[in-house]
Amino acid sequence: MRSLSRSRLLWGAILLCAAVAALLPWWLSAYILGILTVAYYFGVFAMAWDLLFGFAGEVNFGPTFLIGLGAYGAAILDANFGQPIFVCVIAGALVALVGGLLLALPALRLRGPYFGLVTLVAVLLLQNFIVIFAHITGGEIGMTVPDVLSADANANYWYALAFLFVCTIILFGLSRSAVGLILQASGQDAIAAQALGFNVTKHKVAAFCVSAVFSGMAGAMLVFYEGAASVDTVINLSIAVQVIIAAVLGGRRTIIGAVLGSIFLILANEFLRPLGQLNTFVVAAVALAVILFFPDGFLGYALRGRQRE
Amino acid sequence: MTSPARIEVRGLTKRFGGLVAVNDIGFDIAAGEIMGLIGPNGSGKSTVMKLIMGIERPNAGTVMFDGVDVAGWPPHRIARAGIGIVFQHSRPLHRQTVLENIKLALLPDSLLRLVSAPDVETRAIAIAERVGLGDVLHRHPGTLPFASLRRMEMAKAIARDPKLVLIDEPFAGLTAGEVAAFSQLIRGFRAENRAVLLVDHNVKGVAALVDRVFAMYLGERVTEGTADEVMHNETVRRVYMGGDLAAIERRPAPASEKPTLLQLDGVGVLYGKARALDGIELKVREGEFVSIVGLNGAGKTTLFNTISGFLPYSGEIIRGGEKLRGTSPAKIARSGLVQCPESRELFGEMSVRENLDLGGQHLTDEAREKQLAWLFELFPILRERQGQMAQTLSGGEQQMLAIGRALMMQPKILILDEPTLGLAPVILELLSKALEKLRQTTPITVLLGEQNVTFALPHADRVYVLEHARIVWEGDPGRFAAEAGAGYL
Repeated sequence: MRSLSRSRLLWGAILLCAAVAALLPWWLSAYILGILTVAYYFGVFAMAWDLLFGFAGEVNFGPTFLIGLGAYGAAILDANFGQPIFVCVIAGALVALVGGLLLALPALRLRGPYFGLVTLVAVLLLQNFIVIFAHITGGEIGMTVPDVLSADANANYWYALAFLFVCTIILFGLSRSAVGLILQASGQDAIAAQALGFNVTKHKVAAFCVSAVFSGMAGAMLVFYEGAASVDTVINLSIAVQVIIAAVLGGRRTIIGAVLGSIFLILANEFLRPLGQLNTFVVAAVALAVILFFPDGFLGYALRGRQRE
Repeated sequence: MTSPARIEVRGLTKRFGGLVAVNDIGFDIAAGEIMGLIGPNGSGKSTVMKLIMGIERPNAGTVMFDGVDVAGWPPHRIARAGIGIVFQHSRPLHRQTVLENIKLALLPDSLLRLVSAPDVETRAIAIAERVGLGDVLHRHPGTLPFASLRRMEMAKAIARDPKLVLIDEPFAGLTAGEVAAFSQLIRGFRAENRAVLLVDHNVKGVAALVDRVFAMYLGERVTEGTADEVMHNETVRRVYMGGDLAAIERRPAPASEKPTLLQLDGVGVLYGKARALDGIELKVREGEFVSIVGLNGAGKTTLFNTISGFLPYSGEIIRGGEKLRGTSPAKIARSGLVQCPESRELFGEMSVRENLDLGGQHLTDEAREKQLAWLFELFPILRERQGQMAQTLSGGEQQMLAIGRALMMQPKILILDEPTLGLAPVILELLSKALEKLRQTTPITVLLGEQNVTFALPHADRVYVLEHARIVWEGDPGRFAAEAGAGYL
């Protein structure tokens, strides 16, 4: 009964937060709304990453490989073929899925840290690819897209919130489903899961696909919010590290925690900007302290507290 | 055996590099039959279990299960074919309740079934009640005692409704009462016409339960028969005890009024929730040779690691009047309480000489040379092998090097953990002579842990028998055969 009520509590919290967040444009400035908009897309990046790390137990050091594929896939389609945004976002997700599969199928056969290394190298590869094929991708300068979601800060904010909300419902629901349970078992003790008759490879590849689709979609959405795709905003390894830190800060294996971590990280980065160079240092130091002392993250810590009662 | 075999294993072989872990093993288990697969550490019994489950792929051989050869299949397919396994250690889902953990085992292997079938809940509850977890359905695994966690593993295996159940060390870490309850559960499998394979260190643990026993040693079949037959099989007795107890010469016990060097008062150790040592009382006097005998899994290595400061414990360990608690393992070793571990722990890519020099690191150059010269007299073969890499030595030479390295630390108390493990009889004789020489020519105090009683007894002044985490007998070696020998295996 208790776990049921906890599940209900979390669903309730999601709905409540979404309702409050939807009302924020009436009293926050366009500047802060802009920051939150980015934070929400980051939230989806981090959730998609948590599905892979927290549940399937695979560390993807290069979430921006998937994000970047989605972003550039959508941007190229929009810039060169003038397809509507909706079509471009779906196409971006498909590009991320195909790229992710090409990477995951051979990489998931590797054990331990090698999977992580492959994902890391993939990011560098994608980055080089974009620089080399500058006539299509805009190279280091990046490429602007002719279409944007909206010119209005409020509308952009609501788009991002709605996108985050739908992704949260799907990913959180998935994590709480029967499939999520099998995935967790596969991540924690692959041999025991196989001995219960589960094809662990199948479930991990599926998790990678889901993670890729959502990363790619969110990457594409971010492009149509910012009006441009560039290596520094969607592919750079420092972005990858931020996504990972956000997910771990919020709490591994919680999905929702990843959103909290993202909002915290993006807001902290912004509000500490007056510190100049110190800004990133302070944020990184806080992240390091949380990981060292509360490895379960914000939400993980809160949930464990309840479990101990 | 009139009923047809549920599983027929033939010619099963597994090599790890040059090591043949399992060599041409074959047996049948019928439906409704419980077979015990026994063997000491390193005998390959666990590998056989993994080969059947598909966790390791065999190099050769067949595993016919209900008429289909499943050898080399991936584990999930073997599981679906109807083979279940109860692991000794597994990691349950800690954020989920006991009920959810059991429900997991009832889920189909599908990516699309997001909602579990409605009967899953009721079936999971029924299974939980059957294994005695009815009262803790909604607790999290982390809050449960060890026995309940093992019940949960049992429940997960039952949930798959397997035709053959493999159980790894069914009773490890359980109390007598819990053992009875688990035996009842396993008998329940037999009543349901399932085939059961119990894997354990020795016959004794599973004797009351099994219909038949298959004994292994160093990857080979030793014998097969009823528990009683196997227990009295000459080879089995030699493998476990080293030979005939009556042949052991009794040596006179010296006056034991020397001061106590090491004393254990009610020492207990827990591995997670499993009790690995329970209320150990032990005393070692200066210059004494004390043997602790017990089968694999009894707790000998745990006892030595506790004394060496590697494990947290309850009770007290007193060394020369002072409590050892809080002293680091490195400090304990430097103070002269030196362990030569069962696994030897040599620096494989360093030469024999480098290994020995590391042991004598704290000595002055002069003292080290002297110690080395003395050591080479004790183990002449090491002198010849000085320049050779440690990992290229034979098993016996490695064991001598391990003992030699420990002796280079000039121990006051030397702990030898199972030095005979996996060694040929000729080597045992060499080792035995070296120990005798050590005992007669130095004032050293020795604490020896052995499964091989024949090896352990001749040198000992006093003997303790360790069984199931407890000391069950204590006395001089001459009385062992009469008082403790019969119940040992």
